[in-house]
Amino acid sequence: MHPAPSVILFTTLSGLGFGLLFFLGLGYPGSTGWVAFVFFALAYLLAVGGLMASTFHLGHPERALKAFTQWRSSWLSREAWCAVGALVVMGLVGLGRVFFDTHWMALGMIGAVLSVATVLTTSMIYTQLKTVPRWNTPITPMLFLSYSAAGGALLAGQIDWARILLCIVAALQLAWWIAGERALERSGTSLATATGLGPIGTPRAFEPPHTGSNYLTREMVFVVARSHAKLLRLVAVLFAFAIPLVILTMTFNHTLAGVAVISHIAGVLISRWLFFAEAEHVVGLYYGQR
Amino acid sequence: MAHRQPKLDLSPHVSDEVRKTTCYMCACRCGINVHLKDGPDGKKQVAYIEGNRDHPVNKGVLCAKGSAGIMQVNAPSRLRAPLKRVGPRGSGEFEEISWDEALDLAVSWLEPLRKTNPEKLAFFTGRDQSQSFTSFWAQNFGTPNYAAHGGFCSVNMAAAGIYTMGGAFWEFGQPDWDYTKLFMLFGVAEDHDSNPIKMGIGRIKARGARVIGVNPIRTGYNAVADDWVGITPGTDGLFILSLIHALMKAGRIDLDYLARFTNAPCLVNADTKSSEYGLLLRDEKGKSLVIDRETGKLTPFDQKGVRPDLSATYRHAGLTHRPVFHLMAEKYLDPQYAPEAVAERCGIPAARIRAIAAELARVAFDEAFELDRAWTDFRGETHKTMTGRPVSFHAMRGISAHANGFQTCRALHVLQIILGTVEVPGGFRFKPPYPKPAEAHPKPHCHATPDGPLDGPHLGFVHGPDDLALRDDGSAARIDKAFTWENPMSAHGLMHMVISNAYAGDPYKIDTLFMYMANMSWNSSMNTRGVIDMLTDRDDKGDYVIPHIIYSDAYSSEMVGYADLILPDTTYLERHDCISLLDRPICEADAAADAIRWPVIEPDRDVRGFQTVLIQLANKMKLPGFTDADGHAKYTDYADYIVNHQRKPGIGPLAGWRKPPEGSGVGGTSSDDNVGGRGSPNPEQLDKYVENGGFWTSHIPDAAQYYKPWNAAYQDWAVKLGLYDSPQPYLFNLYVEPLRRFQLAAEGHGQRQPPDHLRDRIKAYFDPLPIWYDTEGDNKGEEFPITALTQRPMAMYHSWGTQNAWLRQLHGHNPLYLPTNLMRENDLEDGDWVRVTSPHGEITVPVMHMAALNANTVWTWNAIGKRKGAWALETDAPEATRGFLLNHLIHELLPPKGDGLRWANSDPITGQAAWFDLKVRLEKAHAPAEAQPAFPPIASPVGTGPKSLTWKIGS
Amino acid sequence: MTLLPEKTDRKLGLVIDLDTCVGCHACVISCKGWNTENYGAPLSDQDPYGADPTGTFLNRVHSYEVQPEEGAAQLIHFPKSCLHCEDAPCVTVCPTGASYKRAEDGIVLVNEADCIGCGLCAWACPYGAREMDSAEKVMKKCTLCVDRIYNENLPEEDREPACVRTCPAGARHFGDFADPSSNVSKLTAERGGMDLMPEQGTKPVNKYLPPRPKDTLEMKVSGAPPLLTPIAEEPKGFLGWLDRTLGQIDGNKTGGR
Ligand SMILES: Nc1nc2c(c(=O)[nH]1)N[C@H]1C(S)=C(S)[C@@H](COP(=O)(O)OP(=O)(O)OC[C@H]3O[C@@H](n4cnc5c(=O)[nH]c(N)nc54)[C@H](O)[C@@H]3O)O[C@H]1N2
Ligand SMILES: Nc1nc2c(c(=O)[nH]1)N[C@H]1C(S)=C(S)[C@@H](COP(=O)(O)OP(=O)(O)OC[C@H]3O[C@@H](n4cnc5c(=O)[nH]c(N)nc54)[C@H](O)[C@@H]3O)O[C@H]1N2
Ligand code: SF4
Ligand code: SF4
Ligand code: SF4
Ligand code: SF4
Ligand code: SF4
Ligand SMILES: [Mo]
Repeated sequence: MHPAPSVILFTTLSGLGFGLLFFLGLGYPGSTGWVAFVFFALAYLLAVGGLMASTFHLGHPERALKAFTQWRSSWLSREAWCAVGALVVMGLVGLGRVFFDTHWMALGMIGAVLSVATVLTTSMIYTQLKTVPRWNTPITPMLFLSYSAAGGALLAGQIDWARILLCIVAALQLAWWIAGERALERSGTSLATATGLGPIGTPRAFEPPHTGSNYLTREMVFVVARSHAKLLRLVAVLFAFAIPLVILTMTFNHTLAGVAVISHIAGVLISRWLFFAEAEHVVGLYYGQR
Repeated sequence: MAHRQPKLDLSPHVSDEVRKTTCYMCACRCGINVHLKDGPDGKKQVAYIEGNRDHPVNKGVLCAKGSAGIMQVNAPSRLRAPLKRVGPRGSGEFEEISWDEALDLAVSWLEPLRKTNPEKLAFFTGRDQSQSFTSFWAQNFGTPNYAAHGGFCSVNMAAAGIYTMGGAFWEFGQPDWDYTKLFMLFGVAEDHDSNPIKMGIGRIKARGARVIGVNPIRTGYNAVADDWVGITPGTDGLFILSLIHALMKAGRIDLDYLARFTNAPCLVNADTKSSEYGLLLRDEKGKSLVIDRETGKLTPFDQKGVRPDLSATYRHAGLTHRPVFHLMAEKYLDPQYAPEAVAERCGIPAARIRAIAAELARVAFDEAFELDRAWTDFRGETHKTMTGRPVSFHAMRGISAHANGFQTCRALHVLQIILGTVEVPGGFRFKPPYPKPAEAHPKPHCHATPDGPLDGPHLGFVHGPDDLALRDDGSAARIDKAFTWENPMSAHGLMHMVISNAYAGDPYKIDTLFMYMANMSWNSSMNTRGVIDMLTDRDDKGDYVIPHIIYSDAYSSEMVGYADLILPDTTYLERHDCISLLDRPICEADAAADAIRWPVIEPDRDVRGFQTVLIQLANKMKLPGFTDADGHAKYTDYADYIVNHQRKPGIGPLAGWRKPPEGSGVGGTSSDDNVGGRGSPNPEQLDKYVENGGFWTSHIPDAAQYYKPWNAAYQDWAVKLGLYDSPQPYLFNLYVEPLRRFQLAAEGHGQRQPPDHLRDRIKAYFDPLPIWYDTEGDNKGEEFPITALTQRPMAMYHSWGTQNAWLRQLHGHNPLYLPTNLMRENDLEDGDWVRVTSPHGEITVPVMHMAALNANTVWTWNAIGKRKGAWALETDAPEATRGFLLNHLIHELLPPKGDGLRWANSDPITGQAAWFDLKVRLEKAHAPAEAQPAFPPIASPVGTGPKSLTWKIGS
Repeated sequence: MTLLPEKTDRKLGLVIDLDTCVGCHACVISCKGWNTENYGAPLSDQDPYGADPTGTFLNRVHSYEVQPEEGAAQLIHFPKSCLHCEDAPCVTVCPTGASYKRAEDGIVLVNEADCIGCGLCAWACPYGAREMDSAEKVMKKCTLCVDRIYNENLPEEDREPACVRTCPAGARHFGDFADPSSNVSKLTAERGGMDLMPEQGTKPVNKYLPPRPKDTLEMKVSGAPPLLTPIAEEPKGFLGWLDRTLGQIDGNKTGGR
């Protein structure tokens, strides 16, 4: 899949934002007043910024409201509801914390759940796609949720949680990559089933339908060299997990914490880039990929 | 939860008006419905084009090019006004001038030539669909130098067919799609009969009939063929002769058909010492003679009741005469044609050849059937039924565009004929005006007189040395050297030799080269670079070696840049045109038909239909034929000519809706008072065509549908319609006597003698019975072991599809396709580049792997590569940076043989350009920045196209 | 709504005959032509005369080579447009309801006025049947020519998809798969019409007829009685045969021996 910057930014930033909101909803940290304001502002910046970025991906952002209508069937629609729900509820929670110095626990819990749900629905947009076998696995939502939680913990300054979650997400990330290697084969979809020509022999894509590019080849048929991908994975692991974990084992210091967060975000961005770039859409088979 | 969905308008408005005319994106000439809507300026604009269901050619279907006609009519590459060259030739720098200026300039060049040396004008037309008109113009101008593009296209096919059986594949005939059960296709990627072939293949496949495709490349028709024969290029003749061998040897041939309808029983002088050795025995009226089986006597072939004997010889006055069939038996039963003997050379296993022969015989004879239709033959014998032999063949340039193509095409016709499958149900059928024996065609004419018309039509069929177009000193009368000893039977002229001969001043110098619709500085010439140099080269005095070049195109093609004066044409929806029975009509096997184009939209530029421009030029010069006795112009424009011109009394460009002649004619779809065929001009004729959807048809009566060359009912119908002046029954020529006449001359007989250096090859190649010879040696096959071919993409027409925004997305560049073995040997992957070298030149191009390909063959799509600056494309268009032409590797002359002569890269009989004899070798190359050779851009006289298209006329 | 209708009254769709398609692209261009002028926004083209010409098409013709275990490789031309799936994932993913499946005939359409151009439906389609139009920025797909097949402004015989009407080889057939007596149902039954990517669970309505077995002539002929036994090894013998045969024949019974 084409690693569109808007979608990479969206999933990364909103994941972090809702992760942070999740912790804030649970009351970690339980700060109030200006400190709470800073935490909430950061969370909203990330979550809303991410959502805004996602609208760059839309052909008609001015019609975005229509996206709320199909919650019965569409994960994207559900995401819209959850995101708005989470933002509204957590907004109230934030109000309470910043201005009223109180933590409305029940509301916070609801906000936390909605934040998780938002990340879950986001991940389900990808997970549901049978057409992208690498995404079409229960590990995908786990991965998104754990990334979100780990990032949230980091941002929320929940060092212990962060340590644990970073380890979990690293493990999930590795598992996801390993599972992804053979996902297309395991899906059972191949050029033979795509064309129905398997019974005759081994099919091979000959001439593409057009010598030029088209929406599908630009959007869905993206190829990264394997060596390139390996290197990027290594870098992603280094930035997203290794560096933050090392920092977190050191004595706490705000600058270092900042470095850990930035390193983590950079790592997540790379991992998200790979999430898209390495994902093979089955339509690529028609165009001779694989 | 209930399902909700928007309410749709299921019956939206389709168009304001539908105008029916004829497509022009190729020579198939399908009927189209042009849907028009009012544009923003209130003018009618083309909204959508679809096929015309009532049309005899396409019956509603339309190919990609036809549907994309809308993008052709709106192409930014359209020329907008007459252009006069201001920069050096080839720069593409022009200024727009008025039509008055343009016509005056042309006349100032042409008029003096006409008055003194008409031959100094060479007028050649390319993809011309009005040849009967353009040749008429040239004839009345007085120059012998006229031809269309047939000489480099498929004259082998046309000539072999007409000499052998009075009609060819090409567009002159078609399989009997209704009844055929086995269809065998040789060397066709697309052909002129594009839609009918596809429709036909679809139909026969739908009923489970079999298709065999003989082609080194398995795409298109050959991909859907049930059996693919991936033959080694250039060896079809050998393969076919082997099929003939196997069939004859097994006696699986149609003896009755051979005896009745062919010259197999005709007697041939067998006395090697006679000056008539090899000629047919004829009576004093010139009729060839046979032995009648009933009487045992020598009898003219067409005598009533005669039963020609295939076997009896005749001895008289010490001279033995043997029937053609004896000669055939001797020749083709020879073991050199046994499947085992040819298998390796052809790349087809012997068992496969035998299986094909057996299957042909099985279907022709064991699946024969009778149609319950009585008919009477030319000998007066009535047959109660028509016997169907449901095997049919079709072939085109794959066998034609080789230097052994004429004889290969002949061989295929002989195969058809011994199976008895021509003009019978289930076999191959002619389309009117064919069948028409070679003798019924004109002979070539070449005698120019200053200030007078030529002595007759330029092109035609020669029957011996006497008919050659030679001057008194024996030199060529025509600039292209057609009808000379180098290529005596060059029935369509040799367009590919015009520029090089004119440049060399051989046989003489010309003053003005006038061309129409031929992209001769690019994809339609061999040795493209060389041709460009010839067009731009100057003599010692600094003048161009070819002093004047006038060119008519509708678009900004490569050729535009090389002309001094451009006469911009309309597009096909903006003009009158006439697809005439005098020319290459749209007939189908069961009906005569012709068609028109008419201006369904108005041009929005200062352009004129080229035919009208020719009339305007003719009127300015007062050409005979265009001027009446009082010196007045006969025709104001082409529409006027179409309606009022008469070739002979009663016969005009269009056969439909003529006024009743004195007697009466046959009707087509005409109403009572207007008849088809013969008749006087009818001022309402064009309106009638428009009313009828742009075409006219006349159905051939049922009893005349088959056996047309011998069928009295057909002959009478054809005479009534005006196709012939009198019945012309004839025999198929398994043995082509005119070839033998050239051989006799080469052997030293007769007055007109060939130059000595040509004697041997005439003796060898002008065999009156089909032979096969290898052309690899001439093309240095040992050093260059791979054959390089082109194929036409179905969705592109030569160079001119490229300006089409939709079509160029399909074929924007062309890789060279390599078979698996060559990919491996050269360590190549898709997208790698190779240097391709021929004896003549070198190109560097990207490759792609193709498994379903003959192991000695590489190929690419034809005419995708473009010159930078042409066609209103940006200079970085893929057509110009990755696209390429094989033409850079092909030369009009063969590589030197060391005999001091340069032989033409063409068929020695017809002069057909041997495009597909190209031999190359390959090596892997570093990817260059662009496909090589890269040419500098030429200036575009029309700029480039817009950055995006959202084309919609309606709201 | 983006939920799929529980059932559709009819199942309109195409049968595409891979045995007959010659790969001419006629269907591609007539589709482009019709749909540029008709349903919704025109199918736009970007850089149409430049270095990277690209545009929206609702139907494209691929080609594939197949190497059987024995014998020559085969080439198959492969047209592909929306298959109007019964379980259309493109519909259920759509957040706006712009994508829907018609209850009356099963045609899957995009309501362009509602489309936000998120592209998700194109991601969900395994067949590459949806393309976002770069100029209009809405999702485009085959409409099964819904504006032709019921259009009372068209003559009855023209109420079929543009691509079907134009296909010169007759490789495309249009009809109702819900009706077992329709041409498309019959063709599917007779010729073993197949689904593309059945494992994706989309239940495509359009069916593809597989190519018939190729290159079987030798097998076919070798199974039959010997057909080409020589009548003589020498030309002389052949002429002897000729004399004998000519003595016997009258009428049309030649060649058959
Ligand atoms: N779409 C489209 N249609 C066209 C044209 C076009 O440009 N585009 N051009 C028109 C014109 S001018 C012409 S002349 C006709 C030509 O129509 P075709 O005769 O179909 O012309 P080509 O595309 O040159 O195809 C030649 C075929 O012969 C095969 N071939 C080459 N050498 C051999 C050989 O030695 N033996 C055998 N058996 N096969 C061989 C090639 O592989 C190729 O398939 O098409 C006309 N129709
Ligand atoms: N390598 C290789 N080369 C080949 C062949 C091959 O098989 N292989 N095939 C050869 C054959 S068979 C042929 S026929 C030639 C074809 O070659 P050409 O006859 O040169 O065909 P086109 O390239 O289509 O060029 C025709 C010109 O007509 C112009 N034109 C189009 N419409 C109109 C119009 O309405 N009015 C006017 N006045 N002009 C118009 C076009 O713009 C174009 O410049 O190519 C030959 N060249
Ligand atoms: S085959 Fe195509 S391009 Fe040729 S006349 Fe017919 S529709 Fe036009
Ligand atoms: S083919 Fe694709 S776009 Fe069409 S219905 Fe099926 S999933 Fe949807
Ligand atoms: S692109 Fe349009 S039709 Fe497709 S899912 Fe998004 S809103 Fe629905
Ligand atoms: S049915 Fe209509 S929209 Fe669909 S591919 Fe055919 S022409 Fe295009
Ligand atoms: S129009 Fe018919 S034959 Fe041509 S590509 Fe389309 S389906 Fe195939
Ligand atoms: Mo041609």
